[in-house]
Amino acid sequence: MSTLTRLVGGAALITLATTVVLGLGLPPTQEQGDYVRLIAIHPPLAWASYLSFGVTALASAAYLLPRTRARRWDHIAGASAEVGVVFTALTLITGSIWGRPTWGVWWVWDARLTLTALMLFLFLGYLALRRVGGDPDTNAKRSAIAALLAVTVVPIDHFAVQWWRTLHQRQSLTLTPKENLDGNYIAVMLLGFVAITLTYAWLTMHRFRVERAMDEAGDRSLDAAIAERRAEAGAATTTTAVGR
Amino acid sequence: MWRDAALMAGKDLRIEARSRVATNQIAPFGVLVLVLFAFALDPDRGVLQRAAPGLFWVAVLFASLLAVQRSFAVESADSARDGLRLSGLDPAGIFLGKAGAVALQLLALELLLGVFVVLLYDADVHRAVIVMATAAAATVGLAAAGVVYGMLAAGLRVRETLLPLLLLPVVAPVLLAATRATEAALDITPVSDAWPWVRLLSVFAVIYTTFGVLAFETLLEEA
Amino acid sequence: MAPAVRFRAAVALLGRFPALAGVDLDVDPGEVVLVQGANGAGKTSLLRACAGLLPVAQGEAHVLGHDLRTGRGRRDVRRHIGLLGHAGFLYDDLTVEDNVRFAVKAAGLPDPHAATGRALERLGLHTRLRTVAVGRLSTGQRRRTALAVVLAKAPELWLLDEPHAGLDAESRDTVDAIVKDAAAAGAAVVLASHEIDRATALAHRTLVMAGGHVHEQDRVHVA
Repeated sequence: MSTLTRLVGGAALITLATTVVLGLGLPPTQEQGDYVRLIAIHPPLAWASYLSFGVTALASAAYLLPRTRARRWDHIAGASAEVGVVFTALTLITGSIWGRPTWGVWWVWDARLTLTALMLFLFLGYLALRRVGGDPDTNAKRSAIAALLAVTVVPIDHFAVQWWRTLHQRQSLTLTPKENLDGNYIAVMLLGFVAITLTYAWLTMHRFRVERAMDEAGDRSLDAAIAERRAEAGAATTTTAVGR
Repeated sequence: MWRDAALMAGKDLRIEARSRVATNQIAPFGVLVLVLFAFALDPDRGVLQRAAPGLFWVAVLFASLLAVQRSFAVESADSARDGLRLSGLDPAGIFLGKAGAVALQLLALELLLGVFVVLLYDADVHRAVIVMATAAAATVGLAAAGVVYGMLAAGLRVRETLLPLLLLPVVAPVLLAATRATEAALDITPVSDAWPWVRLLSVFAVIYTTFGVLAFETLLEEA
Repeated sequence: MAPAVRFRAAVALLGRFPALAGVDLDVDPGEVVLVQGANGAGKTSLLRACAGLLPVAQGEAHVLGHDLRTGRGRRDVRRHIGLLGHAGFLYDDLTVEDNVRFAVKAAGLPDPHAATGRALERLGLHTRLRTVAVGRLSTGQRRRTALAVVLAKAPELWLLDEPHAGLDAESRDTVDAIVKDAAAAGAAVVLASHEIDRATALAHRTLVMAGGHVHEQDRVHVA
């Protein structure tokens, strides 16, 4: 596990550094100027947001199915959501930075941006629910149900915002540039996809271990807990005797 | 299941009839929100009239949060879960009963707020059929999603603050779709725009009602 | 005759805390068992486990033939038990009569009106009190209403947590009479009480709980 994490981490760092260097080296274009370079990270970040949401949903489903129920699915779901919320926020921020010079405003009520924003709030609600504490199994099951409930609404959101923004032929903002970019841009973007995906995997692995460690910290063996509980009887007998 | 649902809904509505929290607190709150929008927006330039559908549904959304919280607050304070379990009622029945009671209260509230929107915002309802279809589908969706999340949050120490954060993003498409459909009913947008939105609302209602019927036992017993 | 309650090394968890840490318990139909013990000994958890509210994680636990290790068993047993808890599981906004009738109907008993009337009369709640909202009752009246709910359900297993608390002398005698009648009619009764003299007089035998298990079986009553 730890070797794998290190491998993934190393690969993530190398590809990310390469993406940054190559991305900053891309020439500005007529239409978008310097901002075209965001192509190296913005679409990959958006992809990683969806990926993390999907992983959380699948892990939650795996936890809920009695056949596959295991605490590690809950850990994966939580880890992926935590990393996902950061990536979703970064998607919105980079999209905003791109939108400002291209469209003149920081925020456009574009279908895709709106959907991403809604996903961010769904994620935040899910993470807030995860932190309410209490019995770990109960918490895991409650969180898994909440994740599936939240994911269910994403396709509905998708249709809703699509229709909302296109029904009256309002101009739809597409963040993939319309001008014909040459192969260099596409190549760097594809490298960006690899780099961001690896980064997502690496961060999720780390968060997974933290979740698992926190879980295990409270997880003394049941037998020890039972023995300790039964030992309370010594003190209690005296109390009862005095009471009588 | 249906017998239990009727029993549960009857009980919840009887509590509301006796305590009058819905009529004395939630309904005035909804109207108050409509009045506050008039302060926030310029009432003289037709802004309110154009925004009437959206403002109406935002008011309904806020009121539905209160209705859902109330629906679980009436179950004995710290043991809402235990009381419901001990009743021996079918979990799906409890869900349908609670959602039904919330939906009926919301429909009554929507009628009241509708009257105030017409009076205060000078809104003109041109197509009552669209309004009724929209209200029916949106209300079922709001009530179903609301009761599922209400049960999810019931018994948690942070339930009052957590419920809005969980529920509002999920019912966001209901607000969007209901507003667009109502705009068409008020002739703000072409009438042909309405039906796709009503269909979307119906899909939402069906999905979350199904989810509630299937998942309520798990929510009640183990979550 | 099958035992009403049969626990063998039963473990029940509150989070990670073993509230019940290996309970052995047998209660036969028609038997009244007093459970004693200091606060935190596990008395309330034992009653909640018997009521199917607290899942049994390890060991063996059967109540009225239902296996409490399974979700279905815990759900099915609830229609046949009556739990008098601290909170009483009452709806403050409903009247005394409505509360009892709702519980009886939820349990699916035949002729709920007659059962409700009989229970109210037995506890002296058939007077003007019948139509008073539970939220406006005194502590003693509230406890009597909660007991009326249990009585009206005519359960096969009575689980009474401090049934004498907050009652006047006359009502305590009524409680004792009701418990004796129930046992005579073949119901099993498990009661937790700090009213030692009264409770020991009522019970056939006494257990002492400590540290989440039955520490002393069948303590001999010393007058």
